[in-house]
Amino acid sequence: MAYLDINHVVRKFGGLVAVNDITVGLEQGEIFGLIGPNGSGKTTLFNTINNYYPANSGEIIFKGIPITRMSTHEICRLGIGRTFQVVKPLKRMTVLENVMAGAFLRTNSATKARDKALEIVDFCELMQRKDMPAKSLPIADKKRMEIARSLAGDPELILLDETAAGLNLKEIDAAMVIVKKIRDKGITCFVVEHVMKFLMGISDRVMCINFGAEIARGTPKEMSRHPEVIKAYLGEEYVKGK
Amino acid sequence: MAKKSWFLPAILGIVAIALPPFLGGYFQHILILVMMWVAMATGWNLLGGYCGQASLGSAAFFGLGAYGAGMLYLHWGISPWWGVIAGPLLAIVVAIPIGLVTFRLRGGYFVLSMLAVCETIRIIFLNWVEMSAGPLGIVIERTWGMEKLPYYYMVLAIAALSLYVVYRLMKSKFGYYFVSIREDQDAAEGLGIPSTKYKMYALIPCAGIIGLAGAFYMNYMAFIEPNTVFPLIISATMILSVMLGGPGTFWGPALGATIFVLLSELLRAFAGPVIGTIHYLIFALILVLVIMFLPNGIAGEGDKIKRLFRGKKPVYVGGE
Amino acid sequence: MALFGQTIICGFLMGGVYAVIAIGMTLILGVMKIINIGHGHLMMVAMYVCFALFTSLGLHPYIAMFVAMPCLFGIGYLLQRYSIHRVRFVDTILPQTQVLLTLAIGLVFVEIIRVIFKSDFRSVYTPFSSKCLYIGDMSISLPQLISFGIAMAFVAGLHILLTRTDFGRSIRATAQDLDAAKYMGVDALRVSSLTFGLGMALAAAGGALLLPIFYLFPDIGVPFTIKALIITILGGAGSTVGALSGGLVFGMAESLGAVYWAPGYKDVVGFVIFLLVLLFMPGGLKTVIKR
Repeated sequence: MAYLDINHVVRKFGGLVAVNDITVGLEQGEIFGLIGPNGSGKTTLFNTINNYYPANSGEIIFKGIPITRMSTHEICRLGIGRTFQVVKPLKRMTVLENVMAGAFLRTNSATKARDKALEIVDFCELMQRKDMPAKSLPIADKKRMEIARSLAGDPELILLDETAAGLNLKEIDAAMVIVKKIRDKGITCFVVEHVMKFLMGISDRVMCINFGAEIARGTPKEMSRHPEVIKAYLGEEYVKGK
Repeated sequence: MAKKSWFLPAILGIVAIALPPFLGGYFQHILILVMMWVAMATGWNLLGGYCGQASLGSAAFFGLGAYGAGMLYLHWGISPWWGVIAGPLLAIVVAIPIGLVTFRLRGGYFVLSMLAVCETIRIIFLNWVEMSAGPLGIVIERTWGMEKLPYYYMVLAIAALSLYVVYRLMKSKFGYYFVSIREDQDAAEGLGIPSTKYKMYALIPCAGIIGLAGAFYMNYMAFIEPNTVFPLIISATMILSVMLGGPGTFWGPALGATIFVLLSELLRAFAGPVIGTIHYLIFALILVLVIMFLPNGIAGEGDKIKRLFRGKKPVYVGGE
Repeated sequence: MALFGQTIICGFLMGGVYAVIAIGMTLILGVMKIINIGHGHLMMVAMYVCFALFTSLGLHPYIAMFVAMPCLFGIGYLLQRYSIHRVRFVDTILPQTQVLLTLAIGLVFVEIIRVIFKSDFRSVYTPFSSKCLYIGDMSISLPQLISFGIAMAFVAGLHILLTRTDFGRSIRATAQDLDAAKYMGVDALRVSSLTFGLGMALAAAGGALLLPIFYLFPDIGVPFTIKALIITILGGAGSTVGALSGGLVFGMAESLGAVYWAPGYKDVVGFVIFLLVLLFMPGGLKTVIKR
C-alpha cells in the first residue's frame, strides 16, 4: 500500500465529472507532479483530498488511515498541508502571524508557535517581510508565505497547488529551490502545476490528466514526449505534425 | 495582538476608581451605563470583531443574563446578586445549541439567523408566563436603594473582567485562530483550524460577558420585561459601539461604547424635550454614517494615522 | 375537521402574501448577494404610506399600494445607488458591512416613522375588513382572499418580467454570474439598483396587502424580515419559485401553529421550521422536490 492512496475517486459538479475515476499512489519522500490543461480537474482532485469537496465515490487513504470522510481540519492535523491556487492569505495578519496560525496546530503556547514560525519564515527566506501585513505582499511572496504557513504545522505530505503560476522566471527558480528543500526535510510533495518548466525540473514522477481522467504517467522526460500529453496541451495537429 | 502598553490602562484605571465618589448621582449613573456598555461591546467584539461572526442577536444573551438573575428571585426568592453566576451561565447554556446550529451559516445568513434566535427567545419570554412572568416583568428591591456608588464599582469590575478575559484570549492561540477564521475560513480550515469549534470558543465568553452585564442590569434597574432586555436596539447598539470604536481592536469597543453612551445622554437631555424619540433617529443616522464612512472605526483608522506620523509606511518591494 | 381546513386555507392565503415579500428579498439576495435586513422595516414604511393615504384621502390600501410601490422603488433604487453599493468594495474588518448597513438604514426609517406617527398602534378599517366567505363550516376572510389574489397576480407579473424582458434577463444574468454579466455589457450598478428598487416595491406590495389584516406600528418590520429570511432559506436561496412554495408552506405551518399550539407562539413555529431546514435540508425545499 502506498503512502497516499487515491482509489477510484470521482467528483461531480452537477452533470460535469470534474474528477473521473482517478487512481494513484504516492510514495513517501517523493515529489509527485500532476499536470493537465486548464479545467482538467487538478485542483478539484486536491480539494477532494482534503475534503473541501467530498468525493462522490472512491476512497483516499493516508498512512493506512481512510480520510475520505474526515473533515478538512482533521486531515490537516493528520499531516496533510496545502497551499491554494488562488492564494488565501489571512490578509490583515502579518506574515509572521500567518505562519504562527499554522504553527499552533502542534502547540498551544504562543512562545513556541512564534519560535517555530520564525524558524519556518527563515527557511522560506521571508525574514525581511515578516512584519508586513499579508495583503500587501507581492504575489510571489504570498505564495511562499502559504507554503511557510502550511509547513509550520509540520505536515508529512504537502499539496502545492500551482505554486509557480503568475511568477516570473527568476521567482520560479526560487520556488523550485524551496520545493526541493522541503523534500530534503523528508516531506512528501504533491505538486499541481501548469508551468511545465517548474514541474519537469523537480518531480520524480508525473501524471497527466485531462477531463478529469488520467491520460499518462511516467518520469518528467517520458511525459514531455508522450503524444497524449502533447495532444492534451497543444491539440491534435501537433501530434500528427510530428 | 493587543499592544503592550501599561501606561494608558493604568491611568484610566486610577481615574475610573478614584473619580466617581466626587461626582453627583446623575454622572455616576452615566458612568455606570458607560461601564455596562464597555463590557457588552467588548464581549460582542470577541465574536464579531475578532472572529468575524457579526451577531445581530446578542441582546438574547443580555436578556438571558438579566432573566437568569431575575428568575432566581421570582421563583425562589434568592438574591438576584447570585445572578452574576446564574445569568452568564444561562446565557452560555442557551448559546451553545444556538451556536451549533447557526454557525453552519455564513455571512449575512448568520447575521440574520441570530436576529431570528433573539426574536424567538423574546417571544418565548413574553408568552411563557409561568417561567418569566411574561409582559408584567420582574421587579426586585434594590440592595442599595438610591445609592449609586456600589453599583458603579460592581460594573467597573465587570468591565475590567471582560477586558481582561478578551486580552488574555487574544494573546493566546485562541486569538490567532479567531482572527484566522475571520480573515479566511477556508484557509483556516486548511491550516487545521476546526472553525466551528473555535467559533464556539469565541461565542461562549462572548455570551458570558454580555450575560454578566445583563445580570448587573437586573440588579441595577430593578425591573425587567422581555421588550426592554431583548430588543433589536440593544444588539444594534453593541454593533454601533464596536463599529464606532473599531472592530477587531482591543480598546476600540470600549472607546466606542463610551462615546455612544455620552452622546446618547447628551441627545436625550437636549433633543429629547423637543421631539420625543428623535435621539433614536440620530443614533440610527450615526450608525449609517459610521458604516459608510468609518467602517473600521476610530481605532481602526487610528492605526493608519499613527503610521503616517511615524513615517512607517509598509514597504512594497517588487522582485528582487 | 372544519377548523383544520380553515386553518390550512387561512395559512395558504397568508403564505401567498408572505411569498411576495420573500421574493423581494430573494431577488435582492440573488443579484446583490446580500441579505437585506432592512426589508421588513421598509415594508413598514410602505404600510405607513398607505395608511397616510387612507386617513387623508380615504384611499383603500389596494389602490394606495400603487402609490406606495413606486415610492419604495425609488427609495430602494437611491439607497443601493448612493449608499449600499458604496461600501461594497471598502476593505473592512467586519465582513458583513453591507448587511449591517441595510439594518442601519432600516432603523433610520423606523425612527423617522416613529417621529412622524409616534409608536401608537394603528389600523385601517375597510368596508369589507370583517367580511367572510363560507364554504360549508369554514369561513374565509374576504380581505385575505383578495390579498392572496393580488399577491399571485404580482408573482405572475414578476415571472413574466424576469423571463420575457431584457431587464429581467439582465437581472437573471447578474444573479448567475456577475463577472460574466459585466463582460456581456450589463451595467451592474444599474441592474443592482433597479433590483433593489424592485425588491422594495414587492415588499411594499406585501405590506399594503397586509394592512387590512394587521395592526400597524413602527416596529412591525423585524418579524417580517425574519419570515422573509426563513422563507428564502426554505425555498433555497435565490429561487423565485422556491420563495413562492416556501411562502405557502410557511404560511400554512404558521397558521397551524397558531391554532393548535398557542397564538402567542405563532412566530416560534417559523423559527422551528427554520431550524429543521438548517439541520436536515440545507438546500431548502428544492432538495426535497428533487429527490
